[in-house]
Amino acid sequence: MIIKKGAEAHLFLDFISGKKVIVKERKPKLYRIKELDDNLRKQRVVREARLLHSAKKAGVPTPTVYLINLESTSIIMDYIDGKTLSDLIKERKLSREELVGLLREVGKLIGRLHKEGIVHGDLTTSNMIVSGGKIFFIDFGLGDFSRNVEDLGVDLHLMKRAMESSHYDVFEEGFSAVLQGYRETFEEANEVIEKMWEIERRGRYWER
Amino acid sequence: MATAARALSLALNVPLVGVNHCLAHIEIGRLTENVEDPLTLYVSGGNTLVAAYEKGRYRIFGETLDLAIGNMLDMFARALGLRHPGGPKIEELAYKGSVFVSLPYVVKGMDLSYSGVYTAAVGKIGSCKAEDLCYSVQEVCFSMLAEVTERALAHTRKDSVLLTGGVGRNRRLQEMIRVVAEEHGASFHVVPPQLAGDNGAMIAWAGILEYISGRTLMMEESYVKPKWRLDEVQVSWVKGETS
Repeated sequence: MIIKKGAEAHLFLDFISGKKVIVKERKPKLYRIKELDDNLRKQRVVREARLLHSAKKAGVPTPTVYLINLESTSIIMDYIDGKTLSDLIKERKLSREELVGLLREVGKLIGRLHKEGIVHGDLTTSNMIVSGGKIFFIDFGLGDFSRNVEDLGVDLHLMKRAMESSHYDVFEEGFSAVLQGYRETFEEANEVIEKMWEIERRGRYWER
Repeated sequence: MATAARALSLALNVPLVGVNHCLAHIEIGRLTENVEDPLTLYVSGGNTLVAAYEKGRYRIFGETLDLAIGNMLDMFARALGLRHPGGPKIEELAYKGSVFVSLPYVVKGMDLSYSGVYTAAVGKIGSCKAEDLCYSVQEVCFSMLAEVTERALAHTRKDSVLLTGGVGRNRRLQEMIRVVAEEHGASFHVVPPQLAGDNGAMIAWAGILEYISGRTLMMEESYVKPKWRLDEVQVSWVKGETS
């Protein structure tokens, strides 16, 4: 049963020996030439599976990967039952404390990823699922392994940008909670945060 | 330009109106294509961004982290020994290319980066045919644009896509963005070629919109704001969803 047609992949719900699983299938993109498209999809499937596994080892909840299939460029992984953090925030049912608490936890988890040299590549509140008191990170398809401050800075910058455009009403307080958590789990946090500001200042916001 | 505007305002005794450049590119497309609330891909020598209206502003969903696409193409054309403007010449050569040369494809979230493609492509000049390189540069760079456009479209669920800015004249890019739009059931629009690059008409039209919404400037308070972000401008003329 198809449950989501995303820009990046289609998600199907399936069962393996009675267990609920997600089949994430990357469909060919018709706008791209075949050589480029085949390559990208294969590369992302492999990378996503590796990153999901490494993130879990780093102490960040992620769905367990059961199988990857390079022919159909798909991954079979745990189904996580919960709401995306984005939906949860937009419902506006969270108290201020709950919101800040969740976002601080998000910051801690990002810190753990970065500490282990894992770049998520698409940090948004839609790629986080709140389930059973834990926050699961999903969608590592654009991620990479890197300890480069620039790469980590961009990763953090994406989170900031995503929150600015999707949660502008709670952005100020929300994002400082993220940074607070980030500093708690990652010793080099301040260096990366400084880089993030630099990336923003770099001139790409200029009009010429 | 600012001085000219001030002088005209004084000489003709008409109000002075400040115009955001990015906004003007979007508004001229909305006007000529008759679309109310599109997702806009704005690609030029100075800007590369995906934006859409939400709650009184054009929000920027994705943009380049370093080089603008037009700037990157111009720089690459110069490295190939082509004359300015390089974009059309690259497009011409690309149609004669057939061998795909692998180049770094860098999409981060809804943002993208062109510095790596540029460096890699320049490094391959001499060892690959110029036609093949132009073909590959276009395929990689425009696929990245199509991908972020698709991501932003899925995110915002707009029902139309507008391509604007000088690079929007490129037919291969138009084709790709059209495919993205159609796949998501959205209509595809591109500004007329003569209004794609920087032009006076777009500034004038954006000025009219600003004027109608009652925003004029005092001469003494007028200055050039090179860092004026698109999402800082209040937009009162779009009938968008109110989610």
